[in-house]
Amino acid sequence: MLAEAWLYLLGHPAQFAKALGVHVSLSLSALALAALIAVPAGVRLAHRRAGALAAINAANVGRTLPSLAVLALAMPLLGTGFLPSLVALTLIALPPVLINTIVGVREIDPDVIDAARGMGMSGREVLRRIELPLAVPVIFAGLRTAAVQVVSGAVLATFIGGGGLGDFITAGIAMMALPLMLVGAIPVTLLSIGADALFGALQRQLTPRGLQ
Amino acid sequence: MSWFARNWDLVAIALYEHVLIALTALAIAAAISLVLGVWAARRPRVFAATLAVTGALYTIPTLAFLALLIPVVGLGKANVIIAMVAFSLVIMTRNVATGIRDVPGDMVEAAKGMGMSARQLLARVEFPLALPVIIAGLRIATVTVISVTTVGAYVNAGGLGTLIFDGIATDNPPKIWAGALTACALAVVADLALARLEDMLRRRRKA
Repeated sequence: MLAEAWLYLLGHPAQFAKALGVHVSLSLSALALAALIAVPAGVRLAHRRAGALAAINAANVGRTLPSLAVLALAMPLLGTGFLPSLVALTLIALPPVLINTIVGVREIDPDVIDAARGMGMSGREVLRRIELPLAVPVIFAGLRTAAVQVVSGAVLATFIGGGGLGDFITAGIAMMALPLMLVGAIPVTLLSIGADALFGALQRQLTPRGLQ
Repeated sequence: MSWFARNWDLVAIALYEHVLIALTALAIAAAISLVLGVWAARRPRVFAATLAVTGALYTIPTLAFLALLIPVVGLGKANVIIAMVAFSLVIMTRNVATGIRDVPGDMVEAAKGMGMSARQLLARVEFPLALPVIIAGLRIATVTVISVTTVGAYVNAGGLGTLIFDGIATDNPPKIWAGALTACALAVVADLALARLEDMLRRRRKA
């Protein structure tokens, strides 16, 4: 069966490359959008006690929602295709990044901030040179969780016409063609494990030396 | 709204199915993980392996996992229940083991000094103290299981996902809304309820 799947892949290189391309670009764009929204928002909210609490509670509710439900809800509102899938996947990626940014910034030892202020740093400098670097490991842990969820969620984009590797899985199940199903299932599993490993490595790389 | 008024019985049946599948998987996983967790807690190597397996399994996309099980168990409820037991088993075993390992050593010593047997130690000291962590694991497992069940409708397992897939196939937005929103509500309610239970247990432990 594995051999058949491999033969199918060799026989349809363009189709596979396209699905893989859509899957990766969908996942990367959703993750990038979520980071662009959640990191600045999280940094700003971290310093407001009430705001931080409300944001964390909202994000905690958001992260419990089933991915399929979020994607399905995008369809009646935005239609089918790449864009609705992108919006839904961005929403799925937001909560872990937001929670980890807020927690990462809040958990910094207040003495460190006081020392930086005492050295004459402005609020902006404290943020750029102290708070963000120290929060990076926690923020990247959030991005790592989000990356895995987005790659997994993108498999379900096939149901609202978003394309990606999920197309092979659904086609394979519909025709009961197991090799075809594997053409989707195996690469997407590797992609997800790869994303997890990549962000784990980035997290270690970007952790300031003093924290290692 | 009028669709919902006419078809609420459909939604109710789907919800019932959804809860039933999720509870079956959770009950199986809970029973196995309690035994496995207690066993793993005392063996550092097994414990490390549990953490590694949990990490790896959680990165496998749900639909891919269900698809990979089809050659082994075919389509239907068994497929989904096996997938969910696998997911929730590893997460709960991890938390049972972590909870027991985190019990302060001096408490264990004190209990032994009072003449407790290994069984009494487990039942009266270690397990009660580990309970909040175990419930935290149950909470993650529950949310995961509810989410997996929605996707499971695609391999004919039933549940709320059926409404979503039917709604998409027949281009019937109210049906999609009904399925998706009910699934979201179920996940949120289950999560909040278990969070409260966890909170209560933690507070009682401090008192």
